[in-house]
Amino acid sequence: MTTQIRFLLGDKLMVLKDVDPSMTVLNFLRCVVGRPGSKEGCAEGDCGACTVMLCELRGDDLQYRAVNSCILFLPVLDGKQLVTVEDVKSENGTLHPVQQAMVDSHGSQCGFCTPGFVMSLYTAYQTERSLTRNQVDDVLAGNLCRCTGYSPIATAAMRMYEYKEPSVKGNNVLEQLQDIRRNEVLELNWADRKYYAPASLTEFATLYAQYPNAHILAGGTDVGLWITKQHRDLDTIIYTGGVQELLAIDETSDQLVIGSAVTFSDAHPPISRLYPDFGELIRRFGSVPIRNSATIGGNIANASPIGDAIPPLMALGATLLLNRDGETREVLLDDFFVGYHATILEPGEFIQSIVIPILHKHRLGVYKISKRFDQDISAVCAAVSIDLEGDNVRDVKVCYGGMAEVPKHATECEQALRGKRWTRETVDLAARALQRDFAPISDMRASSEYRMLVAKNLLVKFFIETSAPKTTTRILEYAATFAG
Amino acid sequence: MQQPSLAESTVSPGRIRGGVHDALPQDSAHKHVSGEAVYVDDIPAAEGQLYAAIGVSDNPHARLTRLDLQPVEDMDGVVAVLTANDIPGVNNITPTVGSEPVFARELVEYAGQPIFAVAAKSVEQARRAARKAITHYDDLDPIITVDQALEKQCYVLPSHTMKRGDSKTAIASAPHKISGNLRIGGQDHFYLEGQVALAIPQEDGDVLIHSSTQHPSEVQHTVAKVLSCPNNAVTVEVRRMGGGFGGKETQATLFACIAALLARETRMPVNLCMDRDDDMIITGKRHDFLTEYEVGFDDDGRILGVDFSLASRCGISADLSGPVNDRAMFHSDNAYYLENVTINSHRCKTNTVSNTAFRGFGGPQGMMGIETVVDEIARRLNKDPLDVRKLNLYGVDERDVTPYEMRVEDTNLSTIIRDLEQTSSYRERRKAVAEFNANSPLLKRGLALTPVKFGISFTLTHLNQGGALIHVYTDGSVHLNHGGTEMGQGVMTKVAQIVAEEFQIDIDHVKITSTNTGKVPNTSATAASASTDLNGKAAENAARTIKNRLIDFAAQHFETSAGEVSFRNNEVVVGKQTLPFAKLVKLAHQARISLSSTGFYSTPKIHYDREATRGRPFYYFACGAAVSEVVIDTLTGEHKLLRVDILHDVGKSINPAIDRGQIEGGFVQGMGWLTTEELCWDESGHLTTHAPSTYKIPVCSDVPEDFRVSLLEAANKEDVIYRSKAVGEPPLMLSLSVFFALKDAIASTNGHERSPRLDVPATPERVLMSIQELSHRHSDKI
Repeated sequence: MTTQIRFLLGDKLMVLKDVDPSMTVLNFLRCVVGRPGSKEGCAEGDCGACTVMLCELRGDDLQYRAVNSCILFLPVLDGKQLVTVEDVKSENGTLHPVQQAMVDSHGSQCGFCTPGFVMSLYTAYQTERSLTRNQVDDVLAGNLCRCTGYSPIATAAMRMYEYKEPSVKGNNVLEQLQDIRRNEVLELNWADRKYYAPASLTEFATLYAQYPNAHILAGGTDVGLWITKQHRDLDTIIYTGGVQELLAIDETSDQLVIGSAVTFSDAHPPISRLYPDFGELIRRFGSVPIRNSATIGGNIANASPIGDAIPPLMALGATLLLNRDGETREVLLDDFFVGYHATILEPGEFIQSIVIPILHKHRLGVYKISKRFDQDISAVCAAVSIDLEGDNVRDVKVCYGGMAEVPKHATECEQALRGKRWTRETVDLAARALQRDFAPISDMRASSEYRMLVAKNLLVKFFIETSAPKTTTRILEYAATFAG
Repeated sequence: MQQPSLAESTVSPGRIRGGVHDALPQDSAHKHVSGEAVYVDDIPAAEGQLYAAIGVSDNPHARLTRLDLQPVEDMDGVVAVLTANDIPGVNNITPTVGSEPVFARELVEYAGQPIFAVAAKSVEQARRAARKAITHYDDLDPIITVDQALEKQCYVLPSHTMKRGDSKTAIASAPHKISGNLRIGGQDHFYLEGQVALAIPQEDGDVLIHSSTQHPSEVQHTVAKVLSCPNNAVTVEVRRMGGGFGGKETQATLFACIAALLARETRMPVNLCMDRDDDMIITGKRHDFLTEYEVGFDDDGRILGVDFSLASRCGISADLSGPVNDRAMFHSDNAYYLENVTINSHRCKTNTVSNTAFRGFGGPQGMMGIETVVDEIARRLNKDPLDVRKLNLYGVDERDVTPYEMRVEDTNLSTIIRDLEQTSSYRERRKAVAEFNANSPLLKRGLALTPVKFGISFTLTHLNQGGALIHVYTDGSVHLNHGGTEMGQGVMTKVAQIVAEEFQIDIDHVKITSTNTGKVPNTSATAASASTDLNGKAAENAARTIKNRLIDFAAQHFETSAGEVSFRNNEVVVGKQTLPFAKLVKLAHQARISLSSTGFYSTPKIHYDREATRGRPFYYFACGAAVSEVVIDTLTGEHKLLRVDILHDVGKSINPAIDRGQIEGGFVQGMGWLTTEELCWDESGHLTTHAPSTYKIPVCSDVPEDFRVSLLEAANKEDVIYRSKAVGEPPLMLSLSVFFALKDAIASTNGHERSPRLDVPATPERVLMSIQELSHRHSDKI
């Protein structure tokens, strides 16, 4: 066990012992170490003004990830390198290509969002050799700018590769990170607060059994707001991000098993390969920095009515492996939720992994409806999987988020489809059955009427896509190919 | 200006770097990208600095019967708690007329209204404490919506009418008539830097305030009123804002006052930096409007008479609602000649936050009315809306008088539209859109061209003044100060270019300095797009004064005539000899010549009689036009902008790169207002969209790669600084083309048989419901 956190701030080793475990990295930067370059625009991971880069060990390689520092807890930095906008210029003061391209393309006006944009692009500069405009849109989906209208920033993003590459700064990051790699439990005590970061599944299960009232911290994209917005006291926190078994992804011929602490970014490639529509949903889930932190396990355990991962997982018949002090049980995702933000998890029990069947005969359609395409919370999220034998519906699952207190199957609708002929008439009847399945609420995201109407229409859209595949139905795909 | 631009900034030999017309990057660009640009909350904390938070009303309209602050005072780290009773001066921060308290005392009038403030040793402690007050209320009936206010005739200001000709008769006798209404949503500014003020006590009880404000003088004067001290005891400094957009014109005052009150109370520096949610709840927004219209027109679509009724949600107080609504009226013609017109304006009082300035200042809402009318006429007559727009456009030397009897001269409107129609291939694309729609059952495209004619000047004539202060030091370096504030729009860079040009020195020698009420007093807000016009001229005047002294001195010193002295490219030519600028300056100093001067400017020609609604409120008009093409999904209402073509008149641009940035940024901000940005209040008057998780401004992917912007660089006919034109606000309204392209796409779903009903913002929900309503209406008629 260790009681201190160690990380690199730029190329300087930081060793901290007495820290508030729920202090955010942004507050640490701005208020403790005098790095005010990273800004607070929203304190909820939605504007990106606080974006920083984390560099961490992946085996013996380095992985670079942009994250929102405003909702990242300081101890999560343990074993990593934190790179902020203050680190980007070269030692002689020359601007980095990202920065110079931003200046030359007139990519800043008020400049308040700019450090965040620079860090998102700086991270992309480490990982990509070039960017298309569509890729730029993805890389920057988590950065809001209110002045420029984005075009000059997108130009800078595409042009930054044309500048002379800067010499590598702070060499031996790999070695330094290997030096501070931790294979034991981290325990912090600060005032009445405790923070544990176990390194193995056994340690985690034991700790959680010992502290069943502890708050599980995974990506922190929701828990962070308990601090910044709700000003809650989190007495005991157990962090899952260092638990190796929970970070594993295993694929066999018939299933994909994803550890509950796997981030959306890491889960994206295998899921996208198996189920492109599910992959597209993940592409639109939050933003790059959110997906770099947020975990699929957290999205499920949070039991939100609008957890986007849930409808497609349900439609695929996914199961969860639950663990309580080493005792495991497997449950169907369908049976996991018992109400608004409520699950069957017993005290001390947690999701160990998500098991996604690989369905060879099914077709999966996934749809996300929101006011804005990128980084928005769904008004309605729909997932339909279907196994057709000729035009006979052998198996079908129709699942929705945003339509009830938790994401769930449209059972009446499924019944109206199962065993029937896959025709427009059947689909219209099934769509009408949705009114028996759901009575959605009206809120700031959508009215009840719209939710119901669009839920029906999405089923119709899926039908058109299966029965008339030449019809153009996807607006984003169409827009990407449009040449005026 | 340490980082010379590699790209567009052109340096010609024999010419100074960074003179007027150069496409320089914003002066702070290199500091923005390295995180070195200092915003108020980045100023290092002084020893013992305190942090403030505001306690607010949870009730939209009530008598506050009990306010127990003991639990607040008992919280960790709390140093001071203040209420209305602790204000030494007046508890009123209205910038105009009526009353708007710093802290509500007995009556709360909106959910989120400040009732007390706390200073504590950390931000977290202050924010936690501010939630601990015990309040009891006697509820009163709230008025939340415009409709409720209209029904009860509850207004913050008297209604106002502008009238020309006889619209009643003209409409009654017209061959065709349409009447209808349109709901236009508001908009949160969503400046990335929230409201913030840092108040630092000085000797004699004075206070220095670092404020993120567009209006340092108003902050200064209001803080003095609230503290009960003379204006000269308060100094306000602004280096830069992280965005303003009108949201820091009057709204910054509250936070500066609270910080100053707490600083005076505790005798310690106090930082009040708003959390995003609190900021959105406490500060005013763009006014939402209910616009009703009735129009009579002929067979060609020519407007014969039109009536507008504009009702806006002003919130609890007048704030800037008077001039905002006046500007909505002034822009109810947009680019069109209205011979017989009546515009009624109602300024509704509601139990919601007091709405305020927002880029366009009522103009966008006014234009939405007439553009809707023109679009409706075209759809009724089954014409291309562009043809109806062109038909009704202001003429040259005929049909060129506005409803307030100002002549529209030299707007370039018809040239702009004609050129844009061609360069955007409007007609060909109109055909292509129809063809696509005929073959695409689910996705439909839409196309629209809309013009903008925007009046430049504060409509309150006396505000049209600018001031500057320039020092030249003995090494030839220049200190530049003026009344304009930097919010990202580039005013500092442009004015520095003007001064560099005047002195004929590289811009690197011109130091841009923080706006400070101690240097240039009694300034107008950085608003109305006019800051470069006003402060650029003032700075030019200040520089010219010093330059003339230098010329006179040089002529005398070198025994020649003033006509033989000229400044060019960092040098001064005196007769046959040439000496560096710095050398001449040093000589002048030794000869006891003053090297410092103020400069002043007031806009000529303007006047307005508000009672008669007649005059010339605007010095000139800035015009432009845009073509937008969109695609919609008829099953979900989702939509996407595919391509934009813009042609905008910036006069002879002082900085084409900055102007382009204003055009692109304004367009996208306007598009957000018209599409994704939706402000929602629940029935109890609480704003439910108060964070970026629920309030959606455009992101990068909402902006098409195919975004074509051209500047019409025709010299301004009026003697505006270097014949440029103001560019801050007008481009926002180019985004109306997106809205009308969406309407066009929706109309295609029933073969353009009828005009769809579409309100602002056109969210996917509104688009889908519009399609639904259209198809139901269609089947009803058949």
